[in-house]
Amino acid sequence: MNLPMLWIIPALPLAAVALNLLFGDRLGKRGTAFLACGAVGLAFAAAVRAVLTLAARSEEERQIVETAWTWFRVGDFSVDVSFLLDPLSAIMVLVVTGVGFLIHVYSTGYMAEDPSFRRFFLYLNLFMFAMLTLVLADNYLLMFVGWEGVGLCSYLLIGFWYEKQSATDAGKKAFIVNRIGDFGFLLGVMFLIAWTGSVNYERVFASAPHLFTAGGTIITLATLLMFVGATGKSAQIPLYVWLPDAMEGPTPVSALIHAATMVTAGVYMVVRSHVLFEMAPVTLEVIAIVGAATALMAATIGLVQNDIKRVLAYSTVSQLGYMFFACGVGAFGAGIFHVMTHAFFKALLFLGAGSVIYGMHHEQDMRKMGGLAGKMPVTHATMLIATIAIAGIPPFAGFWSKDEILAKAFATGHYGIFAAGLLGAVMTAFYMFRLYVLTFQGKPRFDENGGHAHAHAADAHGAHMTHDAHGHGAHDDHGHDHGHGGPVKESPWNMTVPLSVLAVLSVVGGWIGIGKPFIEGESWMGRWLEPVLGSGPHVHHLAVSTEFGLMGLSVAVAAFGIFMAFRAYLQSPSIATAMHERFGGLHRTLYHKYWVDEFYGAVAVNPVYQASMRLWRFWDEKVVDGIVNGVGYFLEGVSALLRLFQTGYVGTYALFITLGVLALFLHFLRS
Amino acid sequence: MIPTEWALALSAVLFVIGVVGVLVRRNALVIFMSIELMLNAANLAFVAFARQQNSLDGQIFVFFVMTVAAAEVAVGLAIIVNLFRLRETVFVDEINLLKG
Repeated sequence: MNLPMLWIIPALPLAAVALNLLFGDRLGKRGTAFLACGAVGLAFAAAVRAVLTLAARSEEERQIVETAWTWFRVGDFSVDVSFLLDPLSAIMVLVVTGVGFLIHVYSTGYMAEDPSFRRFFLYLNLFMFAMLTLVLADNYLLMFVGWEGVGLCSYLLIGFWYEKQSATDAGKKAFIVNRIGDFGFLLGVMFLIAWTGSVNYERVFASAPHLFTAGGTIITLATLLMFVGATGKSAQIPLYVWLPDAMEGPTPVSALIHAATMVTAGVYMVVRSHVLFEMAPVTLEVIAIVGAATALMAATIGLVQNDIKRVLAYSTVSQLGYMFFACGVGAFGAGIFHVMTHAFFKALLFLGAGSVIYGMHHEQDMRKMGGLAGKMPVTHATMLIATIAIAGIPPFAGFWSKDEILAKAFATGHYGIFAAGLLGAVMTAFYMFRLYVLTFQGKPRFDENGGHAHAHAADAHGAHMTHDAHGHGAHDDHGHDHGHGGPVKESPWNMTVPLSVLAVLSVVGGWIGIGKPFIEGESWMGRWLEPVLGSGPHVHHLAVSTEFGLMGLSVAVAAFGIFMAFRAYLQSPSIATAMHERFGGLHRTLYHKYWVDEFYGAVAVNPVYQASMRLWRFWDEKVVDGIVNGVGYFLEGVSALLRLFQTGYVGTYALFITLGVLALFLHFLRS
Repeated sequence: MIPTEWALALSAVLFVIGVVGVLVRRNALVIFMSIELMLNAANLAFVAFARQQNSLDGQIFVFFVMTVAAAEVAVGLAIIVNLFRLRETVFVDEINLLKG
């Protein structure tokens, strides 16, 4: 009996959801936090145990399939609820449970003052369940269950503060945009069902080479449709518009769902289906171009945003673009590697940003920050690590994965995409250090004694100002003045500890992917993934000198971006202002995100809205309501006639009975 | 011997009197008595036929009818008494709450 019991990994968060629903009102905040974090922590432990079991096996046998039950059976077509652990899902499940656990712990601090504390963890655990189902499923339909589940939780959590109109709007937008993608994904899966008669990965991949001609129309169409699903979930052009708006949700949600885990589901799906995608070179080309275009476009928008979370959101979109163009050039392993490192440093960036926002009493505008380095030392240090990691400076995690992607793009001859990636890397380094400098360096641009520009906090100020007169040292005893002003200070331990853990991961997380030219042969990561991805078409071996050249180039561009950021925002802010004025039109275009939302509004949203309004007025109000009301009116008329007979006089009834009897009597007499 | 037709004719006449009584009278008690009249008209027809057929079946039926009639009187009178207590009237055309 050496079964790792895969089902228990998603079941634990689900059990926590059930317990929270049933008994949450009696648990109190501590109990709820303990339950939620405990379930995810246990899921992480179970995942580690399962992965260790997997790793102990020989390379060919690294695949554990556990069938829980048959979901349904229609004729020859049957779908099982069964879980698959192989090297690919192992990475995903570790990242999801590991980062998820840290974010759960962090949330206990960040959400401590929220009145809907319990609901928050309910949704968060539900999300963990759906996400784990997604990555552990061994067929497309079960994956789709998780896929929709995470979409639902994303919607619920974006609109978590539902009393805010912008939050509910953002939630709806995310849900609807995702639906478009999901529709494509579902159609793709239906293609697979129609042609292969199965949704099980193993069977689909085994039969695909016999059923489809490589590069044929069917496989191209099917994979393109699946990619449409990926663009929705993973925020790629043209469906990326929901992700920046999703920042309306609480910051831990942005970290968990909209940076580390859910948005990488599309990448995971593509990598998981690499057998199919490799048979459709046209699709791969499309993916590479879309990925590169997204990486570039989002990076340009990120350059000029002022909301700390929005910068990170566009950065996420951009980094997801990198993952996709890695897949597009056939470097699926590099894509998953970047998913992993990105999960570490982007979760850290978001959590750090959350810590800043928490410390700044819900101020998100970077123009009103500055000089936080001394006030929030842990947040500052960890954020700096993450920023270096995403900028791509060795030996931090982001460097290894980004460099591998760029090298693979170069090696496969996608020079245009390589150039786009490089350009994106400059901008990444620039906007990330712009964020860092604006937030942590320079002089504070807010009232350091806790008076800050929020209108809603104005009434609370008076009390705190007098309190402040006692001196700053007296502050630690009254806990955190969440949202009420008070001087900026470091966040509590349950927020800084996850930050520190993620900071360590952001440094060392990339080392497992160190390959040529530093070591002989494949990197550890590459060898781990080999049973799933195969050794792949590694025909394009680069010379060692080229490898080093590429690395040097990517470090150089990163350094250039960092230098520019420091120069423009720390040393001489006049440069930034001058640039604003010089390229006013460009700046406006970027600031308004290329007016894509407005364009979609005019081309898609508004026409649909108008058409729906007309349909409502005609079809719903006239036809449907007409039929329903018509039935009512008809019955009313008939009963008005029948009512004439019901006089209430017994005599009348007796008369009718008599007449009836007479009629029967006559009838029988005549026959 | 009295021909069967005569007995039947009498039965028919009694029955029609009963029907007309039910239809035209307003007093619940009188309506009740009219119903009894109809029942007994039927009894008379039973007996007449039983005699003509030389069979006891008809006569046995009469006993059943009388039993039913007795039960009906017991229930019916109870209803009428209660009705009177409630509404202080036994005139059926004043009891028309079920008018549609």
